[in-house]
Amino acid sequence: MSVKDKIIEIIAEQAVLEPSDVTMESTLEDLGIDSLGLVESIFAIEEAFDISVPFNANEPTESDFDISSVATIIAGIEKLVAEQA
Amino acid sequence: MKRVVITGAGTINALGHNVADTWTAMKEGKCGIGPMDVRDVDRLAIKIGGQVHGFETEGLFNRQQMALYDRFTQFALVAAREAIAQSGLSFSGELAAKAGVVMGTSGGGMQTLDENYRTVYEDGKNRVHPFVVPKLMNNAAASHISMEFNLKGPSFTVATACASSNHAMAQAFQLVRCGMAPAMVTGGAESMLCFGGVKAWEGLRVMSKDGCRPFSANRNGMVQGEGAGVFVFEEYEHAKARGAEILAEVAGFAMSSDAADIVMPSKQGAARAISGALADAKLNASDVGYINAHGTGTAANDKTECAAVADVFGPHADNLMISSTKSMHGHLIGGTGAVELLACIMALKEGVIAPTVGYEEPDPECALDVVPNEAREAKVDAVLSNAFAFGGLNAVLALRAV
Repeated sequence: MSVKDKIIEIIAEQAVLEPSDVTMESTLEDLGIDSLGLVESIFAIEEAFDISVPFNANEPTESDFDISSVATIIAGIEKLVAEQA
Repeated sequence: MKRVVITGAGTINALGHNVADTWTAMKEGKCGIGPMDVRDVDRLAIKIGGQVHGFETEGLFNRQQMALYDRFTQFALVAAREAIAQSGLSFSGELAAKAGVVMGTSGGGMQTLDENYRTVYEDGKNRVHPFVVPKLMNNAAASHISMEFNLKGPSFTVATACASSNHAMAQAFQLVRCGMAPAMVTGGAESMLCFGGVKAWEGLRVMSKDGCRPFSANRNGMVQGEGAGVFVFEEYEHAKARGAEILAEVAGFAMSSDAADIVMPSKQGAARAISGALADAKLNASDVGYINAHGTGTAANDKTECAAVADVFGPHADNLMISSTKSMHGHLIGGTGAVELLACIMALKEGVIAPTVGYEEPDPECALDVVPNEAREAKVDAVLSNAFAFGGLNAVLALRAV
């Protein structure tokens, strides 16, 4: 499974949706994921890829990690996975 | 000062998953203590407990709730649902704004602590689930009850070890009695039956390997239990005006501190709490027909408690009944007073005194009527519930039939 598909699976599970309902343009807000859901998703992503995501829940917009859409999240994770390899 | 009555009761404990089943078990003198089913039980010296078996969360909580609720919170919510349903209250408007939740617990989210210490220490992982703190915090159960039932008034959690529930219910009682809240949801919950929770207690060497036998000469320690008890305390006129069924009246309470020793009980501290509760409830010693004892089954507690009762009640100590239901449901630590209050309500409402089971040999230092092994039918008008915690913090509640 690609990084993208795995992340979509995690986000879909958090949002209680089918993966096909999660588009690249979706924001977490669109998907009904609140702040606790976000940190839970990031935890699941970290576990899945054995990486550490630089996300601070106090200042989501100030973090190096862009969570503004599913696409930016996937891009950020792909970069972290590549750096780790 | 307002009168305070109980209009709802709920529980889950080793004897039953609701009040009716718990009362049936108490009437039958059933013992809910048995082999514990916890991870690494083979590494424990103490392998018995009053564990809640057959608790299925499917259908009770959704996936997101399950991710957020430690077992002690699950117990608290199940008990709160039963109590509030029985009361018939729904919280909106001014009632919601004024009514709150006061819960007792000692360990809080102990299962969460235990699991996540394993994760970082045993498994060597460097990351834990983001909900560890909201699950383990001691006020989690009170907060989730307030959220589920829209209780927006004074809400907090009290931690006084084995007296937590009694202290919590005393606070709720005061809030209703002084007119600050028309109703309060109150009680206690505990879930300490995990490897770390039991191992910690083992260290103190006060635990029994074979059973809880309060007041019996051959008693050899306490046995832990788990579960919750939750009640609706309501202002009497408020309850009467809406035709609510009244289970009992909370007549008074007292609290005291031994200011003496971190683990050894004090006769004087216990006696001051007992006599204080009688005075607060405006009861004569001779009015009291039953005492639900703290009765842990340790050598020290039971003889000290009997001596305190004898001091306060004088000759009437020989006329009243005193039993320890911990012999059946185990010691629920911070939740124990709440489950034990059920035995008090059963005495007042059903006219049945719960027994002290496992009683085998009389102890001259516990020479009171401890209702050994078999429940007894008796009409009582006023009862006490004792709780004497480690740390010397005591809280006694007085209940009266309405």
